[in-house]
Amino acid sequence: MTTTLEHSSYNYKVVRQFTVMTVIWGIVGTLVGVLIAAQLIWPVLNFDTPWLTYSRLRPLHTNAVIFGFGTSALFASSYYVVQRTCRTALYGGKLVAFTFWGWQAVIVLAAITLPLGYTSSKEYAELEWPIDILLAVVWVSYAIVFFGTIIKRKMSHIYVANWFFGGFIITVAVLHIGNSMVIPISMTKSYSLYSGAIDAMMQWWYGHNAVGFLLTAGFLGMMYYFVPKQAERPVYSYRLSIVHFWALISLYIWAGPHHLHYTALPDWVQSVGMVMSMVLFLPSWGGMINGIMTLSGAWHKLRHDPILRFLIVSLSFYGMSTFEGPMMAIKSVNALSHYTDWTIGHVHSGALGWVAMISIGAMYHLIPVLFNQGRMYSIKLINVHFWLHTVGIVLYIVAMWISGVMQGLMWRAVNADGTLTYSFVESLTASYPFYFIRFVGGLLVVAGFLLMAYNMFKTMYAQDNSLKPIEVA
Amino acid sequence: MMMDYGTLRGLIALLIFALFIIIVVWSYSKKRKASFDVAANSIFDEDNNEKVNKQETNNNV
Repeated sequence: MTTTLEHSSYNYKVVRQFTVMTVIWGIVGTLVGVLIAAQLIWPVLNFDTPWLTYSRLRPLHTNAVIFGFGTSALFASSYYVVQRTCRTALYGGKLVAFTFWGWQAVIVLAAITLPLGYTSSKEYAELEWPIDILLAVVWVSYAIVFFGTIIKRKMSHIYVANWFFGGFIITVAVLHIGNSMVIPISMTKSYSLYSGAIDAMMQWWYGHNAVGFLLTAGFLGMMYYFVPKQAERPVYSYRLSIVHFWALISLYIWAGPHHLHYTALPDWVQSVGMVMSMVLFLPSWGGMINGIMTLSGAWHKLRHDPILRFLIVSLSFYGMSTFEGPMMAIKSVNALSHYTDWTIGHVHSGALGWVAMISIGAMYHLIPVLFNQGRMYSIKLINVHFWLHTVGIVLYIVAMWISGVMQGLMWRAVNADGTLTYSFVESLTASYPFYFIRFVGGLLVVAGFLLMAYNMFKTMYAQDNSLKPIEVA
Repeated sequence: MMMDYGTLRGLIALLIFALFIIIVVWSYSKKRKASFDVAANSIFDEDNNEKVNKQETNNNV
């Protein structure tokens, strides 16, 4: 392309900052996760300290992994991809640095206020209103930077990855601002503007689309750039990617009610949520097939390239959880799975399998480019990380599946005279072995992240261009 | 004439379905094949002015 810019004219500083913080928050978030997993086995680990209790650390865990790790990865990759595919530097001047420092401030404030017990009690939207306002300001700045860059692009076509990033940025702004409408009564306490079933509906309209847009559409943007890039071949079907985009964004927004089956929500809303969740299977798998088939004719690359393996295995986990999700949205299946560990298993198959693996793969691709190296410090360590992470997830989700189905069956078992066969505590006791397996799986995931951090800092501090690409025949 | 709420919803469903068909026909039309191929390959052009970053494999000729 005649319009290609020199490497140096892109703004890589902010991409570097977000990349490093992705790894740091990855360690923090999964470490807190392992601690609370351990607390479920050994409750004494809260040391009778209020700010170390499960109830306060659990939202810290989810906020650190979703908004710290996942969203930093999205900032890094979207800023990188939008510059490279638009052949222009980021728009916005000082606003770019503000999105980095502002976003980190949000996470740090979350890490302080959540253990102190300040919470709106809305899942994945626990932060109190002053932090919510900061978050909204940072997010709107992000949108200005991203779309400003799109507007001043030097290419006429907007590459598909940017459509997914753009869709995710707009929708998250709408969701966050919509669901965070509150009446403050003090600096640290507020009440939702919505009441009763409407509040619940708003919350899961937000909650499920946080999954659908932040944890899916954003990472699909990552997928459409980094999978073809790492595989060194164009995406399997570009036209499928367009149908994928429109089908996914128009369907996801309706799926929220499946979180509220058999509640005070009107029956027809529950049915709409169920049907829309099941239809969602089609675009999800269309996207997964598009990503995996990009490798068609080049499968041998998986043998040598652990980064590509991260990216492709993430798509297999995506396929698995987007099959499992629609199934769990069916009301009769949900009657068994809801409130059990099955849900936790499902979420982690998506979060550790899809979101974390695609991000880790993308970061391993990015780090050498950003720090002027030909490759990561150690390819072997990437491979070790891949196996630690994969074995960790498999232990985690299999344990939660078994525990969840067991809980569901025990809770619904009734004696001939109609009384419950098991008490709740009996089902809890039966889950202990699986909680231990889950804890071990979590430890492996954290160990993998620590290796990644070591590998990253070694790559960062190596002399420029001292790490040469390894040639494979 | 007032339209029945159910009829309105049915019409909206039909409209969205038609929109979907249009998107599919548009993106799968033969006319667009060439420009989509260019778009799909555009992420590789950006490396022309710089060293190609390869880590494991170096077998694309």
